[in-house]
Amino acid sequence: MSTLKNSTLLIADVEAFPKGVSLWQDGWTRLRKNRLAMLGFFFLALIMFLALITPWIAPYGYEEQNLRLGATPPSAAHWLGTDNFGRDMLTRILYGGRVSLMVGFIATAVALLIGVTYGAIAGYVGGRVDAVMMRLVDILYALPFMIFIILLMVVFGRNLLLLFLAIGAVEWLTMARIVRGQVQSLRQQEYIEAAISIGLGPGAIIRKHVLPNVLGPIIVYTTLTIPNVMLLEAFLSFLGLGIQPPESSWGVLISYGVESMEEYPWLLIFPGLALAMTLFALNFLGDGLRDALDPRTSKD
Amino acid sequence: MWRFIGLRTLQAIPVILVVITVTFFLVRAAPGGPFSSEKAVSPQVKAALEAQYNLDQPVLQQYFTYLSDLARGDMGPSFRYPGRDVSELILQGLPITAELGLYALLVALVIGTLAGVFAALKPNTLQDYIPMSLSMVGICMPSFLLGPLLVLIFGIGLGWLPVSGWGNAAGDKILPSLTLGAGYAAYIARLSRSGMLEVLSQDYLRTARAKGLPEHVVIAKHALRGGLLPVISFLGPAFAGLLSGSFVVETIFQIPGLGRFYVQAAFNRDYTMILGTTVFLASLIVVFNLLSDVVAAWLNPRLRYQFRK
Repeated sequence: MSTLKNSTLLIADVEAFPKGVSLWQDGWTRLRKNRLAMLGFFFLALIMFLALITPWIAPYGYEEQNLRLGATPPSAAHWLGTDNFGRDMLTRILYGGRVSLMVGFIATAVALLIGVTYGAIAGYVGGRVDAVMMRLVDILYALPFMIFIILLMVVFGRNLLLLFLAIGAVEWLTMARIVRGQVQSLRQQEYIEAAISIGLGPGAIIRKHVLPNVLGPIIVYTTLTIPNVMLLEAFLSFLGLGIQPPESSWGVLISYGVESMEEYPWLLIFPGLALAMTLFALNFLGDGLRDALDPRTSKD
Repeated sequence: MWRFIGLRTLQAIPVILVVITVTFFLVRAAPGGPFSSEKAVSPQVKAALEAQYNLDQPVLQQYFTYLSDLARGDMGPSFRYPGRDVSELILQGLPITAELGLYALLVALVIGTLAGVFAALKPNTLQDYIPMSLSMVGICMPSFLLGPLLVLIFGIGLGWLPVSGWGNAAGDKILPSLTLGAGYAAYIARLSRSGMLEVLSQDYLRTARAKGLPEHVVIAKHALRGGLLPVISFLGPAFAGLLSGSFVVETIFQIPGLGRFYVQAAFNRDYTMILGTTVFLASLIVVFNLLSDVVAAWLNPRLRYQFRK
């Protein structure tokens, strides 16, 4: 009798439960409530869209000079003014943004690829292999990479591909640590044991069962890596060691702007605003994603 | 504690060796010899030059010569400034960069901890939101943007402060120190805020209040010690950041420090200078990471145990 009563209660309880919500839906709901993060999200979407369609919407040609015009403050014909050669700043900022964003995304992708693979292997295999792999990461962590990137750019010349690789090679370390920690704790779970018992190989287990579960922290950290990478690129370009003319990026434009900021402050202010606002948006979105997807590591 | 210091130091030595080795071979692998860009010199002059810089020996031998010279503090002569040693140039720039770094660190620590503690005392009020929003601005605003903007406002617009130089005019150290320190002040504000928030909810603080200590003693004597631990651990990495930040700040404000030397050496392809400064700066960073780890372990005994296994 009591058993029957218990089971009815249980059924009633189950029916009273709210509908199941997946981690992603839950995360999305939480993210949507975070106004700053959503603002960042829409701003980034806009910037990325503009970067994609730049060749069709740029008001002037990228190389188009108008030496007689020279540097002019913002006007109806040139919304953000022109530089010393009479080039339209809006056009230059749009094209520069393409390069800055491309460096941000591609270098982060390089870091993501190396870091996730490395961390997943170390965490999954464990034992001595893990100890050696992580000690290597510790040693690399202690190296002053900023100095090495500058050295690389000096020694092998300043090309874009090397820049991607160099920056990616620096930023993968933290990603490897995060993924390794997560994978290591997942490795103990019963469902992994179950997967091994039905004869799945390590590669398939990592891809099908482990990685989907560490996707949250990976997404969060990726969003926070992109602004770091963009900052690094701008830093190098500012010193004249990154992107080289005729290519330009926001860092290059800022560095030009500084040279003539006394006479033509708009040459510094507009590219600076573009970079700062994009970095803001990425940081806000990253913080928001962390709170939404990975509540345990939230910052306070 | 000694065991910790000893083991941690043993870890730092191979890192420094790796730095020296990698840098040396990278610089040697650079396409084009250091003299190839000059106008054609007679073979005799070239041979004499190569002999002077040990370039006529096999690379491995050059490497060991460099190591043994380095052990004696001799980094060789500069390629670009004939007759001057790299170590001499480094020692000339070091005090300036060290002073700049020290002021920037002071700016970062004073503003950062004050803002962070202030914010943590009344979380989720205006007293919290205002400093924390400002710190977000500080984090997103790179120094190469902040510096010129400060110059534009306080140097050119208001005319209050000199726009460049170091130690030549009254107040010319203020803007560079602020520019370099601001980003770190922002990080430290966030770190000390979350550190303090964690500590403030601990039982021992309730005990301190329960035994009737006035609030300012509770905060100053009990909360700060634990709450500022994350800041101490951050100081090592911050030091590395300050050094590379000095590249930019010294370039903007035309300060004749180590960072500017490095950037100029990079442009001039002054290989011995690049090699010397890289080795020097990198070793300095490794040593400072070591120091900050030791201080953190001294303040927080739990950290020492990872070496007891």
